[in-house]
Amino acid sequence: MRSGGRGRASDRLRIVVRLFLVAAFALGLATLAPGIARAEGEAVAGTLQTSRSGPIEGIEVTVETADGDEVDSVESDEDGKWSVDVPGPGEYVVSINADDLPEGVTLSGEDNRTVTVAEGRRQFVNLGLEDGSRGAGGGGVRAIQLLVDGLRFGLLIAMCAVGLSLIFGTTGLTNFAHGELVTIGAVVAWYINVEGGVPLIPAAILSMIIGAGVGALNELGIWRPLRRRGTGLVAALVVSIGLSLTLRYLIQIFYGGRSNPYAQYQSQRAVDYGLFNLTNRALFSIIISVIVLVLVALMLQRTKIGKAMRAVSDNRDLAASSGIDVNRVIMVVWMMGGSLAALGGVLLGLSDQVQWDMGFRLLLLMFAGVTLGGLGTAYGALVGSLVVGVFVQLSTLVIPDDMKYVGGLLLLIVILVIRPQGILGSRARIG
Amino acid sequence: MGEVLDALSTALKAGLGFQAIFFSLLAIGINVQFGYTGLLNFGQIAFAMLGGFGIAVSVTQWDLPFWVGVLVGIAGAVVLALLLGLPTLRLRADYLAIATIAAAEGLRLLFRSVSATSVTGGTRGLAAFNRDFVALAPWETSKRYSILGTSWSGAELWVGLVGWVIVALSCVLVFLLMRAPWGRVVKSIREDEDAVRALGKNVYVYKMQALVLGGVFGAFGGMVYAVGTGSAIPDQYQNANTFLAYAALILGGAARVLGPVIGSMLLLFLVQFADTGLRTLISKGVIPEGLLTATDVAAIRFVLVGLGLMLLLVFRPQGIIGDRREVMLDAR
Repeated sequence: MRSGGRGRASDRLRIVVRLFLVAAFALGLATLAPGIARAEGEAVAGTLQTSRSGPIEGIEVTVETADGDEVDSVESDEDGKWSVDVPGPGEYVVSINADDLPEGVTLSGEDNRTVTVAEGRRQFVNLGLEDGSRGAGGGGVRAIQLLVDGLRFGLLIAMCAVGLSLIFGTTGLTNFAHGELVTIGAVVAWYINVEGGVPLIPAAILSMIIGAGVGALNELGIWRPLRRRGTGLVAALVVSIGLSLTLRYLIQIFYGGRSNPYAQYQSQRAVDYGLFNLTNRALFSIIISVIVLVLVALMLQRTKIGKAMRAVSDNRDLAASSGIDVNRVIMVVWMMGGSLAALGGVLLGLSDQVQWDMGFRLLLLMFAGVTLGGLGTAYGALVGSLVVGVFVQLSTLVIPDDMKYVGGLLLLIVILVIRPQGILGSRARIG
Repeated sequence: MGEVLDALSTALKAGLGFQAIFFSLLAIGINVQFGYTGLLNFGQIAFAMLGGFGIAVSVTQWDLPFWVGVLVGIAGAVVLALLLGLPTLRLRADYLAIATIAAAEGLRLLFRSVSATSVTGGTRGLAAFNRDFVALAPWETSKRYSILGTSWSGAELWVGLVGWVIVALSCVLVFLLMRAPWGRVVKSIREDEDAVRALGKNVYVYKMQALVLGGVFGAFGGMVYAVGTGSAIPDQYQNANTFLAYAALILGGAARVLGPVIGSMLLLFLVQFADTGLRTLISKGVIPEGLLTATDVAAIRFVLVGLGLMLLLVFRPQGIIGDRREVMLDAR
C-alpha cells in the first residue's frame, strides 16, 4: 500500500504550474501556428492508392451535388491525388468508375461516397480500394503477412510504451496523457517536414529532441510539484486525464481534424519478399524500432543510469537510501519516454498518416501491452506490446478490419482474468 | 448587450436541458462509484451508450415496445458492469480504470463498425425511436413554449421534465442508500479496504454492487440523451464525455448527493456560455479569423474542461460543496 504525503506543499507550485501552462501554450502556438491560416475555399480531395499498386494515375473522379448536378470531374495525378473545389459547404457525392481501375485493383465498397463538407474545409474522401493483398491469396501466406505487419506494429507500440511503463514503475503514475506525447512527436515532425520543408529523417530527430523536452516539461511543470505536494495517485491519474484532454483538443485546434501524410516516402510500392510484401518504409520502421529498443535494453542493463532506473522502479525508498538521486532518474525516464514516444509517433504517422487523436487511440493498445507484460517493468512492456501488436493484426484473420482494436481490448480483459500481474510482473505489485 | 442576453439564455437552456440531465445522471453514477466507493470508472459513457442503444435497437430493429427497450438498456449496463468488474475489482484501482477506458473505446468502435451496421446502423446510427415516449406528453408537443426567456419545443419540455424527475429520484435513492448500512460500508471501503475486510465484509461484492448501480445510472443518462436528441449515433458517445462528467462531479463536489447535479448544471452553463460567446465574438470579428475559427470552438470546450479538471484537482479537489476529507484521492 502506498501512502500520500511524500513532501510538503510548496508555495512555488502555483507559479510553476501557471508558468508551465503559459509556456506550453506559447510553445504550442509557436510550433503549430503555420497550420492555422489554411484552407480558404471548400474542396473535396483524396488519394487513390493501394499498398501493392502504389498510387493510381488517370482515374476519373466525379463530384456531384446531393441533387445530382455535376460539379466537376478530374483525373488523379501521378501521386494518385485528386482534388475538386466545390461551390460551398453541403453534401456532395464523389464517385469513380470501377472499370477504369488497373488490373488487380477493385473497389472494396460502393463506387460512390456521400460526404458533408463543412465551411472552409478541405474534406478528404477515402474511396476504399482493394488490391488483393488482404483477403485474397493463400491463408498461410496471409497469416505470415499479418504476422510481419503485427511485428512492425508491436515494435512501434513497444517503443511508445517503454516510457509509459518506466514512468509507472518509478513514480507510480498511470499516465493517461502518454498518448499525447506520441501525437506531439508526429505532429511536430509533420510541421517541420511538410511546412518547414526539412527532410523527414532530420525532422524526426528534431521531433525526438522536442519530445524529450515535452517530457521534461511534464515532469518539471506538473508531476514533480504534485509529488512534492503529496498529491495522491488517484488525483494524479485524474490530472493526467485532464492534461490528455487539454493537449489532445489543443492539437486538434492547431493541427485540424484532417489526417495528413508526410512529404516523403509516401508513394512506395510494396516489395515482394516471397511469403510477404513490405514497403521499404515499413521495413525501415522495423529496423529502426529494433535498433532503438536494443539500445534501450543495453542502456537499462549496462549503464549506471539504466541500473538506477531499474533500482528506482523496483523499490524507490531503497534506491533513495542507497544514494541514488531519485528525482534525477525520474527526469531521465520522462525525457527518454518523451523522445521514444515521439519517434513512435513519427513511425505511426509514416504508416497511418498523422492525425490529432492518433496517440490516444494507440494508448489503449499501449496499456494492453504494458499490462500484459507487467505494469512497471521495462522488458515486460517490450514483450507485452509485441504480443499485442501481433495479436491485433492476426485477429483480422477472423474479425473485420475495423474491429481489430476491439480484439486488443478483449485480450486486455482476458489477461486481467488469467494473469493480472502480466508475464514479467510480480504478484506483489497488483494489490 | 443583446448578444450577451442571447448567450445567457442559450447557456441557461443548456444548463436545464436534456444535456444537463445526461451529464447529471452520468455524474451521479460516477459519484456512487468514485465519490463514495472509490472505484475509477473511466468508461461511464459506455454504459450510457448501452442505455441509448438499448432503446434504439429494441424499438427500430427488433420492433419491441419502448419500455422493453428501457429494460434492455438497463440489462446491457448490468452485464457490462459485471464483465468489467469480475476481473478487475480484486486488483489495484488503476486496473479498473484501464479496463473501463478500453471498454468504452472498444464498444464505440464495435458499434460504429461496418459489420455492426445491421444492428446499430454503423456510423449513421439509428433514429425515430422516441415516438411512443413523446406521445405520452400531456401537452401539445409540436408547439413552442417560452420559459424565462428561453424557447422550448413541447417534446423538449417533456423529455426535460421526465429527465429531471429521474435525476431527483436518483438523488433520493443515493441519499437513502448512503444513510443506510450499505452506504457506510462502501464509504469505509473507500477509506480503508483492508479494515473493512477485517470486519468480515465481502469487499468484492460491495464494490461490484456499486459498479453496477453507477452503471445503471449511466444507462439512464444515455437513454435521456438518445430520447432528447431523437437519434443514437455511436460517435456521440465519445469517451471525452466521461471526463466531462468527472469534471462536473468534481466541480460540484464528490461524495455529496447534490454535487453531481449542481456541477453538471453549472458546467454545462459555463461551457455553453463560453461556446456561444466565442462564436459571437468570432462572427463579430472581435477574435480574428486567423486565431480561432467557428469549427475550433467545439474543441475549445474540451480544452477548458481538461484544464478545469487539472486545476480543480490540484487546488480545490472538494469542489463547491464537497468535504476535502471525503474525497478519495489517496488510493492504493
